[in-house]
Amino acid sequence: MPVRIQTEDFDPGAELAAFSAGDTRIGAIASFIGLVRDAHEAAPDQRILEMTLEHYPGMTEKALQGIVEEAKTRWPVFEILVIHRVGKLFPNERIVFVATSAAHRGDAFHACEFVMDYLKTRAPFWKRERTPTGAHWVDARESDDVSAARWGG
Amino acid sequence: MIRILYFAYLREKIGFPEERFELSDIADLAGLLRALTARGEPWAQLAQVRNLRCAVNQEMAFPGTPLKDGDEVAFFPPVTGG
Repeated sequence: MPVRIQTEDFDPGAELAAFSAGDTRIGAIASFIGLVRDAHEAAPDQRILEMTLEHYPGMTEKALQGIVEEAKTRWPVFEILVIHRVGKLFPNERIVFVATSAAHRGDAFHACEFVMDYLKTRAPFWKRERTPTGAHWVDARESDDVSAARWGG
Repeated sequence: MIRILYFAYLREKIGFPEERFELSDIADLAGLLRALTARGEPWAQLAQVRNLRCAVNQEMAFPGTPLKDGDEVAFFPPVTGG
């Protein structure tokens, strides 16, 4: 499956090895791994102790699949893999993984960045952070909308 | 009858994750939102949410999106994944 939502961690090395195994067309693979940070941007004196990710089962998979299809119409990429974790996560844990394969690196890089930018603004995930003073839902970042808008349409 | 889902802090504001609703003569999402907020608390809070996002049958939707019996409607705040 090119799109996976799971609570458990993933092994980036094993995922990448399986992703390209046997496909002799591939000349380039680009990948992105997102980690949980402990730095709290709105309150720099606070540390994030843990994060809980909620999502909309069903719509999440559809939205990610749609983003993957959109990327494939924009760049000549062979395969795209998206793994996103949900549930409780701690700082330094992996949260998201995107890999793209293409004949050439430019297409792989662009498609990978596009998938992440669109995922940030279109896939129904919500983060709740816990700090020493309590828990709160994370606000959407305007900079994410700007990043997604770069790609047009 | 339609199914209405609430996510993230909207679910907490409303107090439950989902409910059933009789559409009657409501034709679109804007009409549903008006009918819900007219019921008072907790639904009235939907009108106060900045950047309220909606989906109909798991696709992003807008005030003019038409509704019909059997639809799944979801209300949620802007997404924050990745």
